[in-house]
Amino acid sequence: MANKERKMLLQGNEACALGALDAGCRFFAGYPITPSTEIAEKLSEELPKVGGRFIQMEDELGSICACIGASAMGRKSLTSTSGPGFSLMQEGIGYACCTEMPVVIVNVMRGGPSTGLPTAPAQGDVQQARYGSHGDHEIIVLSASTVAECYHQTVRAFNLAEKYRTPVIMLIDEVVAHMRQNVVLPDAKDLEIIDRKHPQVHPDWYHPYDNENQVPVLADFGEGYRYHVTGLIHDENGYPTTVTEEVTAFIMRINRKISENVDDICRIEYLGSARPDVLVVAYGSVMLTAQEAILKVKEKHKLNVGLVRIDTLWPFPDQLLDKLIDKVKKTCKKIVIAEMNFGQVYREIERINRGRLPLDAYFQVNGELIQPDAIYKKITGVKK
Amino acid sequence: MKMGNIPDHVVFKYLRKNKKFPHIFCPGCGHGIILGALIRAIDNLKVDKNKIVMVSGIGCSSRAPVYSDFSSFHTLHGRALAFATGVKLANPELNVIVITGDGDASAIGGNHFIHACRRNIDITTLVLNNNIYGMTGGQYSPTTPVGGIASTAPFGNIEKPFDICELANGAGASFVARGTAFNVTAMIKIIEQAIVKKGFSVVEAVSQCHTAFGRRNKMKSPVEMMKWQRDSAVDIRAWDKLPEEKRTGKFKIGVLADHEYPEYTHEYQKIIDRAQGKGKEVKK
Ligand SMILES: Cc1ncc(C[n+]2csc(CCOP(=O)(O)OP(=O)(O)O)c2C)c(N)n1
Ligand code: SF4
Repeated sequence: MANKERKMLLQGNEACALGALDAGCRFFAGYPITPSTEIAEKLSEELPKVGGRFIQMEDELGSICACIGASAMGRKSLTSTSGPGFSLMQEGIGYACCTEMPVVIVNVMRGGPSTGLPTAPAQGDVQQARYGSHGDHEIIVLSASTVAECYHQTVRAFNLAEKYRTPVIMLIDEVVAHMRQNVVLPDAKDLEIIDRKHPQVHPDWYHPYDNENQVPVLADFGEGYRYHVTGLIHDENGYPTTVTEEVTAFIMRINRKISENVDDICRIEYLGSARPDVLVVAYGSVMLTAQEAILKVKEKHKLNVGLVRIDTLWPFPDQLLDKLIDKVKKTCKKIVIAEMNFGQVYREIERINRGRLPLDAYFQVNGELIQPDAIYKKITGVKK
Repeated sequence: MKMGNIPDHVVFKYLRKNKKFPHIFCPGCGHGIILGALIRAIDNLKVDKNKIVMVSGIGCSSRAPVYSDFSSFHTLHGRALAFATGVKLANPELNVIVITGDGDASAIGGNHFIHACRRNIDITTLVLNNNIYGMTGGQYSPTTPVGGIASTAPFGNIEKPFDICELANGAGASFVARGTAFNVTAMIKIIEQAIVKKGFSVVEAVSQCHTAFGRRNKMKSPVEMMKWQRDSAVDIRAWDKLPEEKRTGKFKIGVLADHEYPEYTHEYQKIIDRAQGKGKEVKK
């Protein structure tokens, strides 16, 4: 096969849009908001070329609802937004969890709270992405720290959404979204693409929300299977129920389909020394700062530094980090966590660490990107 | 085929076989009558069951789809039209019918309502207007009349109500009509026209909720409420001849607006054609 790799100069937002297209996204609904708007702009141009549909809705809740509607018709759907719009979408995200409709949401994090700092980076939505919608549910949240990762993680987001029939959130920050980098995108044909399963049984035998399957096999509407979709807790036929056994079976299944597959869903990337003196944890644009800081450490100190990039923010990669801490604890003196919030990932690490290693952190919430020097000082203990 | 003593079996053809009945409607509620009218309209038009998607929001009215044997989407309070827009745009071949309440469509969903009208996307919307929030027990809605008593308006409502049909017409819907649960034969015809119409169609179906509205407003029983509908509804042809002073407390029924506006999915197809330099859908 002819190699059709594409060399491009792209920003993170454009890479998300291209990743979505290559993953098979054929529907976008959104509402303009800085710093995410380029995703909508790109797809308004690209989707009709491949027979897809783009619509600018009247608000963000309407956008995610339209995406879920399109998803039930079998179209892979994307919406993108930032802080205020993400807050508005929460009811729809819970609905997609409850009805098991695949949809991908890109949230480009800006400074908050409220309208906050529309053009400045932040990472203040990590816990909101997990717990923003009411009720107990699992959610998949991915991050990206480079333009290339924006592309690949968006493809992965669609694959996970289809595989587990659940909404998947991409959390990136303003710097990653607007930064331009040279990238080489793969030939779309070489990507591993997962599509949702379709029922094979006769409609009379069809139970859309059969609890026997961990992930339900839902027909596209119009395919001849006439079933009911509701955000009320439902039985195996999709009809509302309050029967305790049926409620339990449903709630357990939609939670377990994620929590029992963390091996497949959770990813971290470990870079640097195998026997680190210091371990740094970062995600999003802070990764770039951390890498810069580590270069400086190498120049000036005889310190081995390990760097962990959190690629799956939720479910939090408990097992992977637990193992890693065990592996490095002989040599490692401390873990440094740097993030553009007041410790939203820090407290997860604290929970997993269980006191094994001392923790140190650099939190910054002022609209500025964390400077390498700040992380350098944390790693080395040098005061200035 | 006649089924025992059941006088009209058309509806039974369209009820779900595996759904646990009884339904949630109070005996005497107008919503069931309107659902019956919708089903008869669909049967008269011989629309393929598999090509119908019913979308609803939240409320007593929005529970109608669960009983009907179509693909059905019971969504979020106020958001039925946003879901339906995604459904229709994703697959314009399907007949999309939205069932919503006065609160669902014109309060929490008011923004989606006017924008769906403005876009003129080919969706048929039935607004089951009982002038109250039925499901939550009788709070005032945007269509509760001034002076009407509600659980949150114990001293009488002071807010001027929406005229849903005028709202729809002003916002750009191509077909606007009103009927009542009392005059169900006319309602069936109106719904048929609304379904056939290419574009956004709004049918305001005046319904009765004696449980949450009537009992607070001197109409204790469904019968009293239907008598009120009978006495207040004036056919559009008669309405125009009615002197202004005689219109107080009355409302017009029938087809109130029928325009030819460009339909959204049709226009979007032109964009696809242009973007592709004509071409067909490229499936991955
Ligand atoms: C976001 C949200 N807010 C409030 C509610 C509570 N709620 C459920 S139904 C309803 C009112 C429904 O009234 P209407 O649309 O007029 O329908 P009816 O029950 O009268 O048929 C309300 C306020 C909800 N389900 N969701
Ligand atoms: S409360 Fe009112 S609207 Fe709801 S089912 Fe009863 S009569 Fe109908």
